[in-house]
Amino acid sequence: MKPRHKRIALIVGGLASITIAAVLVLKALDSNIALYITPSDVIAGKAPHDKAFRMGGLVKQGSIQREGMTTRFIITDTAKEIPVAYTGILPDLFRDGKGAIVQGRLGADGLFSASEVLAKHDENYMPPEAQHAIDQAQKK
Amino acid sequence: MTNMNLINWFRFASPQSFYPLAGKLVPLFWTLALLFGAAGLWVSFFVAPTDAQQGEGYRIIFVHVPASWMSMIIYLAMAFWAGLGLALNTRLSSMMAQALAPTGALMAALSLWTGAFWGKPMWGAWWVWDARLTSELILFFLYVGFIALQSAIDDPRRADKAGAILALIGVVNVPIIYFSVKWWNTLHQGSTINLTRAPSMAHTMLWGMLLMALAFWMYSIAVSLMRLRAIMLERERHTEWVKHALE
Repeated sequence: MKPRHKRIALIVGGLASITIAAVLVLKALDSNIALYITPSDVIAGKAPHDKAFRMGGLVKQGSIQREGMTTRFIITDTAKEIPVAYTGILPDLFRDGKGAIVQGRLGADGLFSASEVLAKHDENYMPPEAQHAIDQAQKK
Repeated sequence: MTNMNLINWFRFASPQSFYPLAGKLVPLFWTLALLFGAAGLWVSFFVAPTDAQQGEGYRIIFVHVPASWMSMIIYLAMAFWAGLGLALNTRLSSMMAQALAPTGALMAALSLWTGAFWGKPMWGAWWVWDARLTSELILFFLYVGFIALQSAIDDPRRADKAGAILALIGVVNVPIIYFSVKWWNTLHQGSTINLTRAPSMAHTMLWGMLLMALAFWMYSIAVSLMRLRAIMLERERHTEWVKHALE
C-alpha cells in the first residue's frame, strides 16, 4: 500500500466513523432537537408538567378571539386541538389557518397560557393576485 | 493520447502555472458577478411582485437564500480541497481550501444576519434555537475555527493538515443544515426550491433569486481566486517563479 492510498483510506474511514457518530448522537437527541411538540403529543402526555415548553401547529380557522390585549385561539395539528391564551403583541404573520408556535405552560384546566407566540411561515411565495385566485377557487 | 491529456490537466495543479491563469480569470468572474448582480437586484426589487403573506419584507430572501446556499457549497468545496491536499500532499489544493474559508465565513455570517432581520418581523423573534439556525451557526463557527487553527500554526504544511482534519470533521454538519427542516420540527420553513418538485414560488421571484445566486457564485469565485493568488505568492515567496512573477 502506498502512503497516499493509506491516507485516502484513513480519510474515508474517518469520515465514515464521524458520520456514524453523528447519526447516533442525533438519534439520541431527536426529541431535544425538535423545537416544539404537537397538540397530539401534548394530549398523549409527552408535555412536561412542571416547566414551560413549545407547542406548534396551525391556528384553527376562525378560532381567534381578541379581548383587549389578550388573544385566545386554538392550536391544532388537524387531529387534536388545544386552546391557547396570550397577552401581548402578535407577530405580523400570525394568521387564521397559518402555522404558529407558542411557548408557555399548560394549565390544569387544559388551557395553554403562552408567554411567547411565534408565527411559522410556510415555504410558498406568491403575489397577492395569485393568493386571491386560490381563495376564490376554494370558496366555490 | 490519454497520457498527454492527463499531463496537461495536472499542469495547472502547480501554483506556478495556475497563478497567471487565475490572474486572467479574476476580471472575468468580477464582470459576471457585476452583471448578474445588477440583473438580480433589478428583478428582485422592481420586477418581482409583493408576497401575499409577507408583503415587501420577503425581499430579504434574495440575499438570504443565495448567501445560505453559498455558505454550504463553499464549505463542501473547502473540505474537498482540504481533503485532497491531505491525501495527495498537493500544495495548490490546500491553498484553495485556505482561500475559500473567509468567503465561506462571510456567507454564513450574512445568512445568519439577514435571517435575523427577516425573523424579527415575520416570526416575532430575532433568534430561535431551532435545528436549522443552530446548525448554520455551527457552520459559521467551523469556518472561524478553520481560519483560527490555520493561522495559529506557523508551519504551513502542519497548518494545512490540522485545518483539513477540522474541515473534514465539519462536513457532517452540511447535510444536517440542509435536511434539518425535514428531519425535525423547526421554526424555519421547509425549502422552497427542491430537486424533486417544482418550486413553490412565483416565476419572477424565482428568477430574481437564481440571478442573485449566480452573482454570489461569481463573486465568491472572483474573491477566492484573488485570495488564492496572494496565498500562492506568500507561501512560495522563496521560489524563482514568484521572483519572476513580481518583476
